[in-house]
Amino acid sequence: MPELLPPAPPRRHLLSVRDLTRDDIERLLKTARSLSGSLEGQVKKLPTLRGSTVVNLFYEASTRTLASFELAAKRLSADTMSIRSSGSSAEKGESLKDTAQTLAAYDPDVIVVRHPSAGAPQLVARWTGANVINAGDGKHQHPTQALLDLYALEEALGRLEGLHVAIVGDVLHSRVARSLVQALGLVGAHSTLIGPPTLIPRGIEALGCEVSSDIADAAAADVVYVLRMQQERMAAGEAFVPSLREYTALYGITPERVRPGQVVMHPGPMNRGVEIDPRVADSEAALVTDQVRAGLVVRMAVLYDLSTVARVSAPVAMEVA
Amino acid sequence: MLFCRNGGSDSLTLEGRVVAPAQGIDECLRITVTDGVISALESAIANPLVIAPAFVDPHVHLRTPGREDEETLRSGTEAAAAGGYCAILAMPNTEPVVDSASVLGSLVARSRSEAVVPTGFMAAISKRQEGEELSELAELAAAGAAAFTDDGRPVVSAGLMRRALQYSALAGRPLALHCEEPTLSRGGHAHEGEVSAELGLGPYPSTAESLMVERDLALAAAEDRPLHLMHLSARESVAALRRARADGVAATAETTPHHLCLTDEAVRSLDPNLKMNPPLRGHEDRRALRDALRDGTIGAVATDHAPHARHEKDVPFEEAPFGVIGLETAFASLYTQLVIPGELPLETLLERMSTGPARALRVPEPRIEVGARANLVVLDLEARWQVAEAGFRSLSANSWLLGQMLRGRVLRTVADGREVFSA
Repeated sequence: MPELLPPAPPRRHLLSVRDLTRDDIERLLKTARSLSGSLEGQVKKLPTLRGSTVVNLFYEASTRTLASFELAAKRLSADTMSIRSSGSSAEKGESLKDTAQTLAAYDPDVIVVRHPSAGAPQLVARWTGANVINAGDGKHQHPTQALLDLYALEEALGRLEGLHVAIVGDVLHSRVARSLVQALGLVGAHSTLIGPPTLIPRGIEALGCEVSSDIADAAAADVVYVLRMQQERMAAGEAFVPSLREYTALYGITPERVRPGQVVMHPGPMNRGVEIDPRVADSEAALVTDQVRAGLVVRMAVLYDLSTVARVSAPVAMEVA
Repeated sequence: MLFCRNGGSDSLTLEGRVVAPAQGIDECLRITVTDGVISALESAIANPLVIAPAFVDPHVHLRTPGREDEETLRSGTEAAAAGGYCAILAMPNTEPVVDSASVLGSLVARSRSEAVVPTGFMAAISKRQEGEELSELAELAAAGAAAFTDDGRPVVSAGLMRRALQYSALAGRPLALHCEEPTLSRGGHAHEGEVSAELGLGPYPSTAESLMVERDLALAAAEDRPLHLMHLSARESVAALRRARADGVAATAETTPHHLCLTDEAVRSLDPNLKMNPPLRGHEDRRALRDALRDGTIGAVATDHAPHARHEKDVPFEEAPFGVIGLETAFASLYTQLVIPGELPLETLLERMSTGPARALRVPEPRIEVGARANLVVLDLEARWQVAEAGFRSLSANSWLLGQMLRGRVLRTVADGREVFSA
């Protein structure tokens, strides 16, 4: 007789901001705050996910997202490994499906996926038994970026409700913009997308945001969120604006375009001198390093939230929301 | 110009409600078929089964030669038989492209041993479908080409398109056009609109189709030549077609079950079986297609049956190839989603799946009358069935309907006097 196994715990994923409620977001931000508090003590490591395995599966270049997921898993005492497409079997032509199923054979609790195509994390969720976190899929979603942006904003401004965020730049190619607009809407803030008409996708206002092509409209906002101008989008035949020079003249965030009292955010990596003037990037108004710091605690909170709900006994090592 | 395996004819009798709109029949009849020919039509008692002229599909990818792992002449025509078809037209975008009498000849020869259902082969308008030089249209027509198309690709050059319209007079067979302006569709994976904006999928705007439709209709008007527009998806294309037909242009058109049933909302699932070219469009587009099908502006339903290997569709949406299969589900999907809700009369659907496409592509028209070759489909409108991979005769399973419950089922198909399918 084979031994009867307990029923598999329900799986939870973070694939899209669309899957979240306002309560989910508030719980995650609260968890992140309490984790931040515990990290300020002597011990930087919590035993919460001891014995869990977190796999980072990255098909695109990344510095801060990969580093912060790795560190977040380690701070929670999980075993972690990172697979990048370069140097892995993906270079030999292995499909996402086969790679995912190969990794699933090691029975990871969480797989964090970054992929150049929309929907890849959904496929990993379908083909494996792990909880899946979307760390950026194509131009679609980057939900942990949106959460860390909310966290950094709330830390800096003390509230989210009622905030007005101007998101400036290449919205067309930006998963950050899509996730952020949805997340801001959920917490009672609102957003205006500002950029050249060629870089604003037709129909995007259905997400519940305003659209403008006039940088002057950023002045009314509490926050100027600057998107990276993806230089690869300027290839021959793919030029969405006539030149970076003209783009910078029309939309570059210079000190003159930042109103006193406004804060400036950027998801990185920055193209200094293109979408953001170095004087702004290095100013008091810039929250860029706060965003990076927020990335660690927010990703810890997400890992904690996904992994613990399914557990039999709740962790006791920390104050939980 | 239709070819199928050699062999005899069947004798059989069928009873049911015979619905043959082109022959003005809607009554319960017993049909006697003797040696493949309808020999008698007699009154019969009421019967819940419907018998109609069998279906004609003007747009099928049989993937042969080159991708026999996805479909073969045998599997594709068996799928057609199971879908109620008595004739299908195969697209020439194979490996190699059907652009010479020798490639066409080998297909014709193979169809004589493998094709279960009479099959016509379209040949390419341009050599290798590169849009540079005309194929030898007259020689291809003499070798049996059913029609000409570069389907899968547009004829980008207006100059070549004009020449094809002029020269097709020599070939005597229709031109069927895949309308796509590639500089507008490049990088496109989904209809440009709220759904593609939210999902971050490369936009494929309606104008990528309608601009080319307008160009080709203008050329057809100027050259006074007929043309057939394939797989229309956008309301702007329908409007252009309507205007051109009113102006006397001899233009016909087809649309597909998936464009008639779905909108781009379905793409939110990011299921690669909802990725097709042209893409699923908005509610207003679907409304325009349904109106045009009802009033006859669009006279034909075409499946655009496009088999793809499982491993090629088992990838993220943006990496997946365009296309879905449709032969075995076309009638049931349209009956379930258009006829039952009252969007389209049954007779109209039957006409648009049979007489309509036959007339548009000028292939023999299935008729229910004494003396005609028997091309009949028997339908059980009450049947409920679930679409499942295991049920497909097609070698591929990239259906947008997997797992769905449908109403209406093909019970028997008689093609060119032979029973080719019996459930």
